[in-house]
Amino acid sequence: MARYLLRRTAFLLGSLLAAAGLLFLLLRMLPGDPANALLSVGATPEQIAAARRQIGSDRPLAEQFWTWLTGLARLDFGTSFVSRLPVGPEISARLAVTVPLTLLSFALAVAVAVPVGFVAAWRSDRWYGAALNAISQLGIAVPVFWIGMLLVTVFALRLRLLPAGGFPRDDWAEPGRALTALALPVITIALVMSASLIRYVRSATLDVLGSDYLRTARALGSSFAGAMWRHGLRNAAVPVISILGIELATTFLGAVVVESVFTLPGLGTMLVEGIAEHDYPVIQGVLVVSTFGVLVIGFAADLVQRLVDPRLRAHLGRGRR
Amino acid sequence: MRGRLTFAAGCALVGLVLAVALVSLVWLPYDPADTTGGRLAPPGGAHLLGTDKLGRDLLTQLMAGARTALIAGIGSVLVGGLLGVTGGLLAGFATRWLDDALSAALDIVIAFPTLLLAMLVAAAREASLGSVVLAIGLGMSAIVARLTRVLVKRVLAQDYITAARTSGTSWPRIVAEHVLPNIWPMLLVNLALQLGLAVLAEAALSYLGLGPPPPNASWGRLLQEAQATVLTAPTGAIAPGVLLVVLVVGTNLVADGLRDLADPTRRRSR
Repeated sequence: MARYLLRRTAFLLGSLLAAAGLLFLLLRMLPGDPANALLSVGATPEQIAAARRQIGSDRPLAEQFWTWLTGLARLDFGTSFVSRLPVGPEISARLAVTVPLTLLSFALAVAVAVPVGFVAAWRSDRWYGAALNAISQLGIAVPVFWIGMLLVTVFALRLRLLPAGGFPRDDWAEPGRALTALALPVITIALVMSASLIRYVRSATLDVLGSDYLRTARALGSSFAGAMWRHGLRNAAVPVISILGIELATTFLGAVVVESVFTLPGLGTMLVEGIAEHDYPVIQGVLVVSTFGVLVIGFAADLVQRLVDPRLRAHLGRGRR
Repeated sequence: MRGRLTFAAGCALVGLVLAVALVSLVWLPYDPADTTGGRLAPPGGAHLLGTDKLGRDLLTQLMAGARTALIAGIGSVLVGGLLGVTGGLLAGFATRWLDDALSAALDIVIAFPTLLLAMLVAAAREASLGSVVLAIGLGMSAIVARLTRVLVKRVLAQDYITAARTSGTSWPRIVAEHVLPNIWPMLLVNLALQLGLAVLAEAALSYLGLGPPPPNASWGRLLQEAQATVLTAPTGAIAPGVLLVVLVVGTNLVADGLRDLADPTRRRSR
C-alpha cells in the first residue's frame, strides 16, 4: 500500500505541475496580449508598454511562469485587472457557494441513484423497472441548464415556493436562507447527475444478480436479502465507486454552468465574468483551482477504490494501472 | 434483435434533426437575421412558432440551430476521433517507456475538463464555430485515445498477432488488417456517445455566452435569450431544449444499439 501511495502521490504532484504549465501555456499561446484588457481602443505605444510592464507580460515567458508558479505555492493568485483586488480571497469566497452546491448535489444524486438503480435492475422485467430505465436514458440527454430553467419556471415563478436565484449577501450567516437559495440549483444538478449514476448502479446490480456466486449462496440457503448483503453489495459497489470520482468532477462542472442559471456568486459565474472582461488573473486562478479540484478528486477516488476492492490491493506491487 | 430496434430508433431521431439541418441549407421560412417579425409574437399566423424578443422567427432560428448543433457535434467527433485514435494507436504500440509517458499525459488532459478547455479558448478571443469545435474535439481526443490504447493492447495480446509477426507481416499491415477491424465497433460506440456530449457542450457554452457568435444560430443561446420571458413566451424556452434532447437521445440510442449489435454477449443482460 505504501508503495502505491507514494507512486500515486508523485503522479498527483506531477500532474498538478503539468496542469499548471499547460494552463499557463495555453492562455499565453492564444492570440492577444493580456495587457490589452487594461487598455482602451487607440492606446499609445507608451500606454501599451506601461500596461505590459504593470502586469509583467513584457518579461520572458519562463520568468512569467516562475513568478506565477511561486505565487501559486503561496496561494497568491495575483490581482484582478478589473477590480484591482487580490484574486485568492475572492476565489475562497466563491468556493463557499460552489463547494456546498457541488457536495449537496452529489450527495442527493447518490442517495436517489442507489435505490432507484437497484430497483431498475432488480425489477427490470416489470413495467416500472423499464420505466425507470427509460427515464434515466432521457435524463442523461437533457442539458442541465435547461432543467434549471424549467424548475425555476415551475417552482419559483409559477408556484412561488422557492427563490428563482441569487444568494444571501451575508453568505452562510443565516444557514436556513443560504440553503433555501441553494435548493433549486441542488435539485437541478442532482436530477441530471442521478440519471447517469442510475445507469451505472443498474448495470452493476444486473451483473451481480446474474452472478454464479449469488446463485450458489441462494442454493446454500441464504435469503435473497442475506445473499445480497453478504456478497452482492461489495461486488456491485466496486464499479460504481470507480466512476464516483468522475461523477463528482462532472457534478462540479454542472455547478459551474448551473450557477449562471440561478445567478449564484460561485466559481462558475466568476469564470464567466472573468472571460467576459478578459481578466486573465481571474481566469487563470479559477481554472487552476478547478483543475486541481478535479485532480484531487481523482486521487481520492483511486484510493477509496483500492481500499474497497481487495482484488486491486493484491496487485498493488505491480504498478501498471 | 433489441440492438437493431434501438439502433433504428436512434437513427430515426438523429435523421430527423439531420433532415431539418439539410432543409435549412436550401430553405428557411425567414432570413435568420430578419428582426421585423415584431417582439414575442405568439405562435401561429405568419410565424408558425412565434418570434423571439428580438423579433426573429423562432422556427427559422431552430432550423438554423440544428445546423450549428450538428456541425459542432460531428466536427468535434472528427477532430477528437482522428487525434484520439492516432494517439491511442501510438500509445498501444509504443515501448513501455513511451507508453507510460503518453498515458500520464492523457490522464492529465482528461483531468482537465473539456468544458473548461473550451471556456479557456473562448477567453482568449471571440469564439468562432471553428474554435469551439477544436476545443471540444481536443478535450474529447484524450478520452478516445485512452480507450483506443486499451483496445489496441487487448488485440495485441492475442496469439494471431504473434503469428502474423512471426510470418513477417509489417506493423502497418497488422494495424490495417488485424487491429482496426477488431477495435472499430467499440470505437464507433464511444464516438456516438461523444457526439451527444459534444452537442451538449456546445449548447452549454452558447448558454453561457461563450459559444459560436451570431450569425450562427444556437439552441443553447436561444434558451438563454428566452429565459427572461419564459412566462410570456414559453415556446422559445421549451422548443430548443426539446430539440437538444431529441438529438442527444438519438445519438445515445445509436450508441446503445451499436454496442448490442457489436457484442452479442451483452444483448441479454442489458
